[in-house]
Amino acid sequence: MPTFHARVQVSLRPSVLDPAGEATRAAAARLGVDGVRRLRIGKAIELELEAADRATAQSQLELISDRLLANPVIENWTLEISEPAAAEHP
Amino acid sequence: MTVGVLVFPGSNCDRDVRWALQGCLGVSTTFLWHEQRHLDGIDAVVIPGGFSYGDYLRCGAIARFAPVLEAVKAFAAAGGPVLGICNGFQVLTEMGLLPGALTRNAGLHFICEPAELRVSPGACRWLQGYAEGDAIRLPIAHGEGRYQCDPDDLRRLEDNGQVVLRYAANPNGSVGDVAGLSNPAGNVLGLMPHPERACDPATGGVDGRPLLASLLR
Repeated sequence: MPTFHARVQVSLRPSVLDPAGEATRAAAARLGVDGVRRLRIGKAIELELEAADRATAQSQLELISDRLLANPVIENWTLEISEPAAAEHP
Repeated sequence: MTVGVLVFPGSNCDRDVRWALQGCLGVSTTFLWHEQRHLDGIDAVVIPGGFSYGDYLRCGAIARFAPVLEAVKAFAAAGGPVLGICNGFQVLTEMGLLPGALTRNAGLHFICEPAELRVSPGACRWLQGYAEGDAIRLPIAHGEGRYQCDPDDLRRLEDNGQVVLRYAANPNGSVGDVAGLSNPAGNVLGLMPHPERACDPATGGVDGRPLLASLLR
C-alpha cells in the first residue's frame, strides 16, 4: 500500500484572540524588530499515512484534521498531501 | 447513590473529588479508569480536573476518544448527571456535550486564586442548592479557561439560561464572563472553578458543598 506524506497546518480562527502570539510579537520588538504588525501561532502536523489510493488518503486525512487535529470551534486547518515516494512503487 | 469519578492518565483532582464527595458529604464514589466501557451501577459521573493525556494537542482533545466517554455520552443522553470540572469542562466541550471551547487565558498566566461567581441555576440539576443571583467563591486553577464561542452562540446560550455561572471579575477573558455552562436539559454541567476544593472547612470555604450535595437531593 502506498504511503502518503501530509502536512496539516492548524491556525486559530482570525476572530480568536492569540495571547501567546501577542506576547511573541512584543518580544520581536525587544529584539529590535519593530515592524511586526501581526503574529499568530498555529501548529504544523506532519504525518505519513498508508492508504489504498490518493482519494482514500485525502478523505482519511480530512477526517482526522477536522475531528482530531483541529477544533473547528476555534481553529481552521489546511491540508497538503504529497504523492507517494517513488521508492514505494518499484 | 454511587458517583463514578473518571481517571485519565494525568488526572490530578480525582482524589480531591472523592474526598469532597465521600469524606465531606458521605456520598459513595468509585474511580473509573479511562479504558472502561460501561457505567454499570453508576448514578452520576464526575470528570475531574488535571491534564488528561498531558493535554497534548489541545486540552481534552485526546481524552475525548477514551472508551469510557462513549459510555458517558450515552449516560448523559439518557439524562444521567454529568459534572466536568476544569479539565473535565474542557473534555465536555471537546466531546460536544457542551458547546464552545476553552482557550489560553487572555493574560497568559496560569491563574490559581479564589474567584467570585454569580449563580443562575435555571434548570441545572447540579445548582438547585443555590438561588438565582447567589454570590459564591470557588478556587480557580487553570491556564486555559478562556471560554470562547461566537457571539450568536453566546446569545443563544444566554437566552436558553445555559450560562449558569459567571465570573464577577473576569480573570481570564472568557466571553460573556462564562465560568460554567449547563446543557439545555440541565443534567450536564461544565465549570472551570473547583467546587470540590471548597467543601471542607479545613481548606477554606464551603461554597462548593451545595453543588456536590445536589446529588443527595
